[in-house]
Amino acid sequence: MSEHLLSLAIWVPIVAGLLVLATGGDRNAGLARILALVGAGLGLLVTLPLYTQFSVLHGGAQFVEMQPWIEAFNINYHIGVDGLSMFFVILNAFTTLLVVIAGWEVIKERVAQYMAAFLIMSGLINGAFASMDAMLFYVFFEAMLIPLYLIVGIWGGQNRVYAAIKLFLYTLMGSLLLLVSFIYLYFKSGKSFEISDFQHLALPLAVQGYLMIAFFFAFAVKVPMFPVHTWLPDAHVEAPTGGSMVLAAITLKLGAYGFLRFALPIAPDGAREWGWIIIALSLVAVVYIGLVALVQKDMKKLVAYSSISHMGFATLGFYMFTKGAPTMMGVEGALIQMISHGFVSAAMFFCIGVMYDRVHSRKIADYGGVANTMPKFAAFFLLFSMANSGLPATSGFVGEFMVIVGAVKVNFWYAFAAASTLIFGAAYTLWMYKRVIFGAVANHHVADLKDVNAREFAVLAVLAVCVLGMGLYPEAFSARLHASVDTLITHVGQSKLP
Amino acid sequence: MTWASMNLMPVLPELWLLCATCAIMLVDLFVSDKRRDVTYILSLLALLVTAVLTMYGFSNAPRHAFTNMFVADPMSDVLKVGMYVGVALMFVYSRAYAAVRGIYKGELFTLSLFALIGMMVMASSSNFVTLYIGLELLSLSLYALVALQRGSRSSTEAAMKYFILGALASGMLLYGISMIYGATGSLDLVTVARKVANGANHTLLVFGLVFIITGIGFKLGNVPFHMWLPDVYDGSPTAITLLIGSVPKLAAFAFVMRILVVGLHGLHVDWQGMLIVLAILSIGIGNVVAIAQSNLKRMLAYSTISHMGFLLLGILSGTTNGYAASMFYAIVYAFTATASFGMILLLSREGFESDRLADFKGLAHRSPWFAFMMLFVMFSMAGIPVFSGFFAKFAVLKSIVDVNLTWLAVIAVLFSLIGAFYYLRVVKLMFMDEPLDTTPIQVNVDMKLILSVNCVGILLLGLMPERLLQLCVDSVRLSVGLM
Repeated sequence: MSEHLLSLAIWVPIVAGLLVLATGGDRNAGLARILALVGAGLGLLVTLPLYTQFSVLHGGAQFVEMQPWIEAFNINYHIGVDGLSMFFVILNAFTTLLVVIAGWEVIKERVAQYMAAFLIMSGLINGAFASMDAMLFYVFFEAMLIPLYLIVGIWGGQNRVYAAIKLFLYTLMGSLLLLVSFIYLYFKSGKSFEISDFQHLALPLAVQGYLMIAFFFAFAVKVPMFPVHTWLPDAHVEAPTGGSMVLAAITLKLGAYGFLRFALPIAPDGAREWGWIIIALSLVAVVYIGLVALVQKDMKKLVAYSSISHMGFATLGFYMFTKGAPTMMGVEGALIQMISHGFVSAAMFFCIGVMYDRVHSRKIADYGGVANTMPKFAAFFLLFSMANSGLPATSGFVGEFMVIVGAVKVNFWYAFAAASTLIFGAAYTLWMYKRVIFGAVANHHVADLKDVNAREFAVLAVLAVCVLGMGLYPEAFSARLHASVDTLITHVGQSKLP
Repeated sequence: MTWASMNLMPVLPELWLLCATCAIMLVDLFVSDKRRDVTYILSLLALLVTAVLTMYGFSNAPRHAFTNMFVADPMSDVLKVGMYVGVALMFVYSRAYAAVRGIYKGELFTLSLFALIGMMVMASSSNFVTLYIGLELLSLSLYALVALQRGSRSSTEAAMKYFILGALASGMLLYGISMIYGATGSLDLVTVARKVANGANHTLLVFGLVFIITGIGFKLGNVPFHMWLPDVYDGSPTAITLLIGSVPKLAAFAFVMRILVVGLHGLHVDWQGMLIVLAILSIGIGNVVAIAQSNLKRMLAYSTISHMGFLLLGILSGTTNGYAASMFYAIVYAFTATASFGMILLLSREGFESDRLADFKGLAHRSPWFAFMMLFVMFSMAGIPVFSGFFAKFAVLKSIVDVNLTWLAVIAVLFSLIGAFYYLRVVKLMFMDEPLDTTPIQVNVDMKLILSVNCVGILLLGLMPERLLQLCVDSVRLSVGLM
């Protein structure tokens, strides 16, 4: 069993999704929900050994499985995880379970399709994180768009169709260029799609430049980085709560992960040459998008912009080393930040979803004084808001702090710009919190609010434990990152010019 | 040569189908309109027997007949089996549709089978004359089929357009062939290839080549020779559009392979440049114009144009793997097209064509299962993994990157991004809009079943493309790779 753990992590949710789909129309909605819960629970269960059985000393891939898939093209079903990807597989399974619970009674139409779409997407995303073969990665990376498109387009808000199509086309644009680069690398590496073969390939600087452009479009759109971020606020605002949670917690991470797995190791000299562009764009994202978040009137949009700003930290951390001595601090901090953002953003979107389900508005102006009617909820929301603004002892602090410390070593002004997020982040998050939660009861909608029920309480409590746990004992995460990050840093430290 | 020395075995499937078709034509005379199903069953049986004969005669070595004018090799055999399946699907899908429109007649079957014989001859010819005969048999049968619905103005108009432009294209092709004949003194493709390699008059050859490419462009529907295609797709009864839009692409692939690869491979540098222009224009204009269509058949027509551009990409690479990639593309495309037109036929009923995009609104409410089937078809056409259309696109892109035409691959994928929009729009209509029409879907179980198999096959072929890919590579290598 244990040698097929990763395959189980990929296929258990997909098979569960198909079973859920088979329950048919809304007459069997109850059955569909229970099946989905069991499927998501099993999906999380099979990923847990990835953490417990993970060898901290080993920087390469673990839990490796290898099967030929399409021999004519030398594409293999080659999967495995290292420290860079392991956490995201678990995070993904975890978020999927939360999403199923979050949509339990909120989703009333086409329940089976809703649950199935999330389960199938979860399996596909796990596949993308676990792929050691570039084409396998591509297949999962693209196929994942289909359920995401349907989720946003069917269960989304008012302007959902526009958002869904925008999301699909934006991300497809990037990935098509990725496809061409993979095919190019395939011929360069002597007809192999192994990612590790790509990574050890000597490439001239000009070629690394072209590849960087292709990788940039493929992954920067997903992250999303300024200036290709405009799809995200639309998609988030229109997506159902579960969709927003998965989008923020997982799919954005897939973009950043792509930088780490492909862009950096395949084109390290390109990164040294043009890395400043990525650093500059990341800093723009951190500062400018932070300011944009400040003026939002819609809570979901605000959190969406804050996601872009936080993901700017991740890309900043990845590329910082190119302007100074290779250091693990930046990359590790960025990874911690990504994992933390997975918890925090999911929690923030869930909180907004809790309010939206009751009032059917996302406008900040429609709320005020929620603390009076929903005290338990207000407490949780406060914790997550603090984490979102990077308060010490919450998970949000650790990653940001590591990236800023890493940045100080490289260039004071990078650190200065990055640190401004501590102010802006606190400003936009806490100001929103103040307007929504505190003050006098604003209107009769707020006066009629009921506090969280047991289901919502469970989700919030689990997320709160994660946020606090990670903030208090980050070692549990970073210990498993060390070896892989070290391998990566050593690899990209060497020139690959022929 | 005596009668006894003539080996007719390689031509057996064609001969059998010809006799069977003639027999069906006679039998049909004595069948009343109510019992037309007899003709239907007989036609399917005839196809089945032809398939058995083709598979029985399969061998890795090319087998010649009629003094080398005809060749049965693995490539033609594989394509022929694909054609039988495609035509059989067309019969199954169009039965109910044809019945309520008064075209469920013997002619529908016999003309389709004659068209099939024409395609088989095209796939198997190794001489310009047989190629031309096959092409004309196919085209003339199709002209008549388009006009089958005699009372319909649009069908008649489409048939006229198809006939006039088709005849023009044939004229171009013949003129080109005459130039090649003038330069080489032969119509036999292998001899032509030898003469070209030994240095025939290059100017004359390229002059002829231009006309041949023009003819090919017409038949495939490549821009700028694509004008007939949307009108014919739109004007024909959907059952006939299905036939025109699917299997003839297999024959056209074989046709291009025979002329350009078997006959004129020596001019590869010349035709590569021409095909690059045709491919870019087709992929570009096909995809962009398809966005503006409100009629699904017209949209699919423009999508065909862009797909035919992709098909050319593999051929123009000039490598065995490229040809195999194009062959895979043609097969995948043909069966995706049968499914897409099959879906239109599924939703149509008496007095309702269901060929507007709006007719697909809210299909997910009316029939979730078929909405998912159409979703498979659309995403496969858009080239999204894991559907088979992705591997088809992947294979042709790979073959052009292999010959250092990476820039062409980049252009092709950027236009296919534009193309993704109109496929997505169909999915959007089905899943995200409310239905305009809530009539339940009323077709026979056999059609539902086979259409589902067709669509699920598109998905499964994407999950396991290995066998078919290998088959394409092997058959191309055995058939033309040795040249």
